[in-house]
Amino acid sequence: MSILIDKNSKILVQGITGRDGGFHASKMKEYGTRIVGGTSPGKGGALHDGIPVFNTMTLAVKETAADTSIIFVPAAFVKDAIMEAAESGIKLIIVITEGVPTLDYIAARHYAVAMGARIIGPNCPGLISPGKSLVGIMPGNIFTPGRTGVISRSGTLTYEVVYNLTRAGIGQSTAVGIGGDPVAGLYYIDLLQMFQGDPDTDSIVMIGEIGGDAEERAAAFIKDHVTKPVFSFIAGQTAPADKRMGHAGAIISSGTGSAREKIAALEAAGVTVVDEPAKIPAKIKALV
Amino acid sequence: MKIHEYQGKELFDRMGIPTAKGKVCRSVSEVLSAYEELGLERAVVKAQVLTGGRGKAGGIKIGNNRAEIEAAAKAILGMEIKGLIVDRVMVAEAVEIAAEFYFSFAVDRNAKSVVMILSREGGVEIEEVAAKTPEKIHKIPIFPFVGIPDFLAKKAAAMLFDEWSLVNQGYKMIQNLYKLMVATDASLVEVNPLVVTKDGRLIALDAKLNFDDNALFRQPEIESLYEPDEEEKRELEAKSNGFSFVHLGGEIGCMVNGAGLAMATMDLIKLYGGKPANFLDIGGSSNPRKVIEAMKLLLSDKEVKVVLINIFGGITRCDDVARGLISAFNEIKTEIPIVIRLTGTNEKEGREMLKGTPFHSAETMGEAIKRAVELV
Repeated sequence: MSILIDKNSKILVQGITGRDGGFHASKMKEYGTRIVGGTSPGKGGALHDGIPVFNTMTLAVKETAADTSIIFVPAAFVKDAIMEAAESGIKLIIVITEGVPTLDYIAARHYAVAMGARIIGPNCPGLISPGKSLVGIMPGNIFTPGRTGVISRSGTLTYEVVYNLTRAGIGQSTAVGIGGDPVAGLYYIDLLQMFQGDPDTDSIVMIGEIGGDAEERAAAFIKDHVTKPVFSFIAGQTAPADKRMGHAGAIISSGTGSAREKIAALEAAGVTVVDEPAKIPAKIKALV
Repeated sequence: MKIHEYQGKELFDRMGIPTAKGKVCRSVSEVLSAYEELGLERAVVKAQVLTGGRGKAGGIKIGNNRAEIEAAAKAILGMEIKGLIVDRVMVAEAVEIAAEFYFSFAVDRNAKSVVMILSREGGVEIEEVAAKTPEKIHKIPIFPFVGIPDFLAKKAAAMLFDEWSLVNQGYKMIQNLYKLMVATDASLVEVNPLVVTKDGRLIALDAKLNFDDNALFRQPEIESLYEPDEEEKRELEAKSNGFSFVHLGGEIGCMVNGAGLAMATMDLIKLYGGKPANFLDIGGSSNPRKVIEAMKLLLSDKEVKVVLINIFGGITRCDDVARGLISAFNEIKTEIPIVIRLTGTNEKEGREMLKGTPFHSAETMGEAIKRAVELV
């Protein structure tokens, strides 16, 4: 098992005729993901790398019975794309696009929740259940199937950690990039709960960074509800206050969101926090 | 993005949100003519700088007559507040305050909504109120497709005011503040203090607005108000090349792909006893053009003694990255030692290509950082 996606997940690519959408649609297909179609208004009927293109999500879902979509459309059109996916009956929406206006995302998320859909992202690398399905822009070859769940706000830092895990012989059940924006979809607590309930996950790696208090909230949740061992690295210990560190959400403001507070909260909840990402595999081997 | 109080006040005025009458001025003589033009007696001179704590720094002064206002303007114009020189002040009516309140709309990460925040404890730092007496702060999440219906605005106003006449003034103000937030893609609209005057008027005595950088593309008027400081100008220049850059002041310049990995690189430099010069995320790919621009940026910082390049090659393979680095450094001549750490797909091939070049190539992040620290 895995969480959120597996080899039966049927995926539609919103914005499949764009540069990034097209490139990653082919990459995902190559990985073995069931990419059943894509959308691009006005280009319905065409094929991209053998994948059928539809004009609307409603038509695409009707023809393919897809349950998941991944969005690559430009930031200004993401709000509409999320709502279109949710309205068409898609249950899991992954938003890769960076730079989505916050109020757009807030509105679209409210709509999606009302339609019974869940969102991952925006500004995220997507997710992968190794050997089963890759829905995102992650390099599939660095992952290997296994029993460690990964949750992260970052892209390449996740790859760094996963690469170390894989080389140490520690495979992953599912790895989820929840994105670097201040307001996002599924977050630590949602995913910790899913990994805790997943019989094929034995341990959880949680990669956090400065900004907000989601890591502190996750720590409180872990204390009460997570029995599986959790390992963590928090990036941005040397970041100055009031400066945005690349990710829109990575900012220490009004004295909150520092790495020190997050590390203290996680350690108090029994989480193993490392000071170097490369130390995670040894810690997992020692405990699991 | 932040704007000045007087610019916020102009936005409030346009939305019909009552403010104290006032005017922005850039010299003492302008202050005096505004003072007369507005027909003021008791007035306040407020420094216009993009930082908090103006009052404590002596940047807000009250005067009862022309001479006192002149003295206040002379004292404040040109003063320094948290490293910023005051080049503008606002001269405004000094209203007679009967009571002070706190009101804001803010984007709330956890509620994943805009949240209305209100308190009867106004005029003080809201973070302090939240820490000491959280029960005195009320938060109401807003449904984006509904906005603020009358009943909700009245309920909120009644949390602040006991008199219905004030609730009647207040609820419209609340609705207008929310309209302003949505119309301008603000991430924060804060009125602190919101005051009731002795003659029973409700007035927004301060106007603090922050805007969502992601939405500036559709807010040209707001964007035109942006006044970057020197550091921000460098950050903006970096942004035009597709980089995220923050200057930190140390000796080891870093070039990394991805924000999380870039932060982790800074942290590890510190952990190994060095000082990172900057945060620099060059984004997903690492083509030669980008590397050249990033090197120029790093080398423009005279404090930099070593450059550390930390690239995770995922979709872009390490051998392609190495090829890019080699061609970039054919164009850039520098005496500064460069440590390169490539990891990910085809990393062995990538490292092999770097052999025989002047670069110090390292296999792990720890090894690369240790080397960079030694080379300082």
